[in-house]
Amino acid sequence: MLMLGPLGFTAPWLLLGLIVLPALWLILRAVPPAPVRRRFPGVALLLGLGDREAQADRTPWWLMLLRMLALAALIAGFAGPILNPTPQPQGSGPLLVIADGTWADARDWDSRVERMQALLTEAQRAGQPSAVAVLTELTEETPAPEFTGAEAVLLRLPSLQPQPYAPDAEALSAWADRLEGEFDTLWLSDGLERDSRAPLLAALQDHGSVSVYQVPRQTLGLRPAAYENGEIAISAVRTPTGPATTAELSVIGLDPAGVERQLATAPLDFAPGEAVAQVALTLPPELRNRVTRFEIAGQRSAGTVALADDGLRRREVALIEPEAGGEGLDLLSPLHYLREALEPTSDLIEGGLDTAIPANPDVIVLADEGALPAGQDEALQGWVEDGGLLLRFAGPRLAASDVARLREDPLLPVRLRAGGRNVGGAMSWGEPKTMAPFDEDSPFYGLPVPRDVTVSAQVMAQPDPDLADRVIAQLADGTPLVTRKALGEGQVVLFHVTANAEWSSLPLAGLFPAMLERLAVTSRQAPPEAGDLDGTVWMPDEVLDARGTLSEAETLPGVPGERIAGGSPGPDMPPGLYAGEDRRLAVNVLERDATLAPAAWPGNVTVEGLSAARELPLKGWLLGGALMLLLVDVIAALLLAGRLRGPVAAALALMMLALPQGQAQAQPAEQRLTPQEEAFAAEATDAVVLAHVLTGDAEVDDLAQAGLTGLSRSLFQRSSIEPAAPMGVDIETDELAFFPLLYWPVTPDAPLPSPQAYDKLNAYLRGGGMILFDTRDADTAGYGSETPEGRRLQAIARPLDIPPIEPIPADHVLTRTFYLLQAFPGRYEGPIWVETSRQAQAVEGMPFRDLNDNVSPVVIGGNDWASAWAVDDAGLPLRPVGRGQAGERQREMALRFGMNLVMHVLTGNYKSDQVHVPALLERLGQ
Amino acid sequence: MTEAGPIALRARAEALAAPLPPLLAEAEHLAATVTMGEHGRRRPGAGSAFWQYRPALPFDPSGSIDWRRSARSDEAYVRETEWQIAQSVMLWVDPSASMDYASPKMAPKKERARLLALGSAVLLTRGGERVGLSGLRLPPRRHAGQLLRLAELLAQDDQADYGAPDIHGLPPQSRALFLSDFLGDPAPVEAALTGAAERGVRGVLMMVLDPAEEGFPFGGRTIFESMAGGLRHETRQARDLKDRYLERLAERKDRLAALARATGWLFEVHHTDASAASALLWLYGALERRG
Repeated sequence: MLMLGPLGFTAPWLLLGLIVLPALWLILRAVPPAPVRRRFPGVALLLGLGDREAQADRTPWWLMLLRMLALAALIAGFAGPILNPTPQPQGSGPLLVIADGTWADARDWDSRVERMQALLTEAQRAGQPSAVAVLTELTEETPAPEFTGAEAVLLRLPSLQPQPYAPDAEALSAWADRLEGEFDTLWLSDGLERDSRAPLLAALQDHGSVSVYQVPRQTLGLRPAAYENGEIAISAVRTPTGPATTAELSVIGLDPAGVERQLATAPLDFAPGEAVAQVALTLPPELRNRVTRFEIAGQRSAGTVALADDGLRRREVALIEPEAGGEGLDLLSPLHYLREALEPTSDLIEGGLDTAIPANPDVIVLADEGALPAGQDEALQGWVEDGGLLLRFAGPRLAASDVARLREDPLLPVRLRAGGRNVGGAMSWGEPKTMAPFDEDSPFYGLPVPRDVTVSAQVMAQPDPDLADRVIAQLADGTPLVTRKALGEGQVVLFHVTANAEWSSLPLAGLFPAMLERLAVTSRQAPPEAGDLDGTVWMPDEVLDARGTLSEAETLPGVPGERIAGGSPGPDMPPGLYAGEDRRLAVNVLERDATLAPAAWPGNVTVEGLSAARELPLKGWLLGGALMLLLVDVIAALLLAGRLRGPVAAALALMMLALPQGQAQAQPAEQRLTPQEEAFAAEATDAVVLAHVLTGDAEVDDLAQAGLTGLSRSLFQRSSIEPAAPMGVDIETDELAFFPLLYWPVTPDAPLPSPQAYDKLNAYLRGGGMILFDTRDADTAGYGSETPEGRRLQAIARPLDIPPIEPIPADHVLTRTFYLLQAFPGRYEGPIWVETSRQAQAVEGMPFRDLNDNVSPVVIGGNDWASAWAVDDAGLPLRPVGRGQAGERQREMALRFGMNLVMHVLTGNYKSDQVHVPALLERLGQ
Repeated sequence: MTEAGPIALRARAEALAAPLPPLLAEAEHLAATVTMGEHGRRRPGAGSAFWQYRPALPFDPSGSIDWRRSARSDEAYVRETEWQIAQSVMLWVDPSASMDYASPKMAPKKERARLLALGSAVLLTRGGERVGLSGLRLPPRRHAGQLLRLAELLAQDDQADYGAPDIHGLPPQSRALFLSDFLGDPAPVEAALTGAAERGVRGVLMMVLDPAEEGFPFGGRTIFESMAGGLRHETRQARDLKDRYLERLAERKDRLAALARATGWLFEVHHTDASAASALLWLYGALERRG
């Protein structure tokens, strides 16, 4: 293959034909164009007239140029030109194709797979043994790639997937060490710099040449959100930096119904040349606590998703003041240290229990409370059983009270001995006690125990059989310091010391907030340190895949806290949400201070873009061009020879002009109505036409047609509405705007309309149309359960732009648009639903409230009206309704409902006007 | 063969006769638009019907005085009769191949020339003149069958490239109408006209041209051939010839006009894209010229 820049030729020797062109030029110049024979009586006058210009016999130069161009295009075309030909891999040695396969690849992973496919197909053609590897899938045990036929490797391609983390450097080096033999490498890079690249590149270059495919595009990443100064601070990074751009940040969370929704959006503005964009969100606490994740809208990559964990949640903690608090120094207040510890991380509620419990806080802290007043204790117990955390501190008053002396109090974890004990004081023996290290099953396990924490007084637990299970922290001598018991879904925790520094120095120590955090009283501010998480095991709850989709982690093993604290997700710890004992931690793809940098490659590595690498055979284009040129030549030659004159030339010129515009002219032509559509429109607009939606069920459609025919007849006979024959409407294809009312019988197996049809239906509803949905099931299910038709109706109506609905109020305008009605029966008599009335208020002296101003866009019921209305050609009812005379009465009422409905659609709220109130009042009075 | 003979003859005859009635009908139709307003001779001359009495003038021979009328007054009167002596008008329509030429969507020149000739004949016959064909083909007569004969003879074609008027059989002092494109050799035309003038024949030369002959809308390398193929001229650039061709055409027209002036004839150019009716009106007026 001959290469000229990006152009390659498969048969380059054919290009030698271009040499002939100059010679051809001379020959063609010498030959004049063929003459035209013309009969002309005036020839007698021409005899003897010579040609003045010798030039005219030659073909004009531009025509020659045209022909030369055509010929050159032919020659070049047959020489097989290919734009951007895939370079034949050098040699025929083994080929290793590797892809980074990180989250940054996920966005265009398909194009990478296509690229690999192209490379491997090429290798297959060249008979090279090949292998493929995705770096993120490698582990330290992964064997060296086995070079096999490219066919086998091609089969593996669809199973390759990107992973939401970066390749493990150790695994890479171990894998690189195992490589042996000579091979060439093609590396599909994700474009991000990382430390593991250079060693692997060096290792690969030891075995052969390495070329890199890398797309010069911008990669965005979202750092984890942090809570700062009452705002959620979140930042995004990008690489390479470029001009100012704006990315949209979506805040996603659950709405009160538990459905995932976009709660807020914010712009992330990158200044020109800046790699980081920051935005601060201020969300109301209720909204903030529901946030589950942040996303950069429109990016499908795990790197643009930041999961939110409990760190963003602010717990509501109620601090209950002891009743006899009164005057006192702050430092002596039992709640002072708690307040200090909780203030930065929690929303505090202060006051009495009677106000705290209705506020439903996450935690209620009781400092040195004895027996609670009757009533309050029951309320508190109920609150705990519903999942609250009751945190109690001991104190002189608890010690003095006789709560939980003889029997266990529900609101205390253990029975208490009377009096408690003092150690290390003036009146007692021994030193103040220090704390023992935490047991493995304690929630505090792993927290370092400082030596200087001493306890000089405490309340003592009765040695009950279950005491040991309830102790979660104890002193060096084994006496319980913190006990806990579960109560319902919540728990009760008792610190056997005071919340101030009176009995111990624990509240002064750094351990105290850490213990509170472990108890999930507070939420974490900073990312957890390894030490904080030592000894904990976290179960993956939901994990992110490389494309940024959250899914349930089903059988993944737990991850030790140290690993989580270490950050940098990997195969053993995919990014996601990890659940601990009582809180959740998010492991995000990017660290809090992560930066992105474009991968830099040494000069001896060829780097190519992914997209520019497509082969484009130009043969067809060149041959087509040559053909076009020859066509132009024919016309030009005809023109020149004078054979092309008058209207033929004009027509040809017009045709040439019209050719490129054909596309553009076709567009407006499509907008025009087809004859069928025109006929449909003419039929539908000739008179008022009732329409029913075609369901595809012939029986239902026929019945709907017959029903609307019956209704139309009644309207014709009794009112000034004179409808034409009803029509069936296909909502997918037919225009709906012509019909005032659509009757839509719902069948259980009705197909869902297409999105276009929904657009049309919504436009129809917005434009004042009305749809009468009829489930035809008499609403038999009722009370929570649903009929198949009802379920289908819900599915059909979900994307529709339907306002809230309510059962029809007794004074709805439908009850009096033509007839005065109390019920709206069809074949059955069930309730119907219409649009909710706006705040309707009865006005003095008015029998009806002034309800909606508009026509209700939907009327929903299950009364099978079509059956009641249906008549055959002779005008006789088709279906039985009810029994005997009563049934006929019901049919009459059904017809009256139909007429009222049509009147309602056509006259709107006319009958709501006050004009008719006196007359109506008079009739009602009878 | 014996059976086919008459049948073929009849078919040929019918094909031949087919254009005649339409041509005649068309000519009658054309003439009907012209004749109104020219009733009779309405002038004194040789004839049998009384026209008027007029006072005798000095040059009147005494034999022409109507004594019966003159006796009733003191003056002498001459009785004049209405002019009833018919003129002979001889027609010649160029039957040569060059008259077959027609530019696209136009009628051939021959057709227009025949139409004009026959239309004139209808008018003249109606006006009481005798119409015939020159060249001893049809002597001037005046009866109903004459027009039919005329049409029949006019429909005959000639294979020659160009034609020249035949003045044999032109009665002296008669009128003549020559219709041709006059693109051929002008010498025979000159000879014919001079010969006719010598016999006291006066008339009209009408040059019937196709618009293409007047415009020369040709270009490129072209071989021009005469209609019968007798003449050919090759050019490499036809457009270049246009000016010189038009020059020659104007020269030819001038020559014919000068010839007509010299012999007392009238010369007119008619284009086939122009109205036939106005040409006919002009022709009629020209042929009815007094003197």
